Formats: sequence, C-alpha cells, structure tokens
Amino acid sequence: MLQTFYLIIMLSGFWLLLSGHTDPFMLSCGLVSILLTFLIAQRLNIVEEGAQPFYLPLRIIIYWLWLAREVVKSTWDVTRRIWHPQLPISPVVIHIDTSQTTPTGLMLYANSITLTPGTVCMNVEDNRMEVHALTREAADDLLSGEMDRRVSQLEKKL
Amino acid sequence: MTIPDFITAFCLILGALLGLTGGVGVYRLPDFFTRLHACSVTDSACAFLILSGLMFQTGFSLATIKLFFILVFLLITSPTSTHALAKAALNSGEIPWCQSQKER
Repeated sequence: MLQTFYLIIMLSGFWLLLSGHTDPFMLSCGLVSILLTFLIAQRLNIVEEGAQPFYLPLRIIIYWLWLAREVVKSTWDVTRRIWHPQLPISPVVIHIDTSQTTPTGLMLYANSITLTPGTVCMNVEDNRMEVHALTREAADDLLSGEMDRRVSQLEKKL
Repeated sequence: MTIPDFITAFCLILGALLGLTGGVGVYRLPDFFTRLHACSVTDSACAFLILSGLMFQTGFSLATIKLFFILVFLLITSPTSTHALAKAALNSGEIPWCQSQKER
C-alpha cells in the first residue's frame, strides 16, 4: 500500500515538473495519465515491495563522483588513441569474477563498466562477466578490482 | 558575454569535439566491438557536456529540470543499449578482432 502511495506521489511530481501547467483542464488530463500509468505498472507487476524511492545514501554520491573521474580519465585515453596516427589499440576479451550478491549490484557494476569508455560488458553469467576492452591497460585497470570492491561496498548500503 | 555564456561555450565546444571523436573512431577502428568503444565516448562525456552546457543557458526553470531528466535517462539507457548490442553481436557469432590478426 505504501509503495502505491510512493508511486502516485512520484508520478504526480514528475508530471508537474515536465508539464508546468496548472489550469484545471490540464491537471485533470494529468490525473488521467497518472492513473493509467499506475494501472499499467500494477498489471506489469513492477511495483517493487520494500523499495525505498526517496532513499539516497551519501555513499552513492561518493561513488558517482569516483565514477565520473574514471569516465573523464578513460574518455581522454580513448580520445587520444582514436586521433593517434598509428591507432595504438590492443583489444582483448577478459573474464572477471564479480563479488556482488544482488541483481541490483550486478546491474550497477555492469553498467559502470559499460559507461566507462574503453570497456564494454558483453555477458553476465552468475558471478562471471565477459568484458571487451579496447586496450590491455583498460583491461588491467578493471582486473585490479577497484571498481568491483567499490560497488560491493555500496551494495551493502542499498 | 556573461560567465554562464562562457561556461556554455566551453561545454558545447568540448562536447562537439568529443562527438567528432566518436565519429572518427567509428570510421577508423577495425571491428564492431572496438567501434562500440568509440560510441561510448559520445554516449557518456559528450552527452553530459552538451546537456550541461545547455542547462547554463536556461537559467533555473522547468527547462533545466527537463534537461536534467534527459541526462539521467541517457546515463542509464546508453550503457544498457551498448550492452544489448554487444551481447547480440556476440550471440550471433561476431568474433572480436585482436592484435594477433594484425600481425598475421
């Protein structure tokens, strides 16, 4: 029941922010679309029990800042290699073991790998990931396991 | 030109350069998987720079919030679609190009 309440509140807020209309006709249109979205979400069974939508721990912000730094570093590296006349790339496919226990943690790790230029997560099987890296250095960076450790730490707080 | 204008100009120029890099990368790199890496330059940093550059032009209004939402959705959906493409290519038998093929 609480989840339903959260969903309605979030949808209403989202509608108001995106439309910016306040006249009665538009508001009633908004109400209809919110109810429709709510019904579809109910039928799809995607209203998760026990989820805390307004919960944003400080750790996740620290993680995002760290990830942003990694993205900047690897963007620079990939850009440099693309413009380099000799195209100094050494693509490799590596398998890495993951230490995450929940689907959310795995999703966060796989998406972080893919978001960083130079590494793309290709396949996830149980606790093993197949990753394609543009360079040997990017692969070694990932194999050092710093990102894995950070995601696992964050996962415990979620 | 005010300070926000300078920030916007800086972000847009840098973003456009990264977009160009992505395009050049798709042209120069040898196979499907390495080209995906070029695209992810455009996906993450370029989209972030262009959208935040535009955010400095809207002041603080509903348009800023919309741009912010676009940014958040892009940061979630673009890695997901890249992953889907890579997995689909792998499943349909595309073999990643590697250094030894170059030497052969």
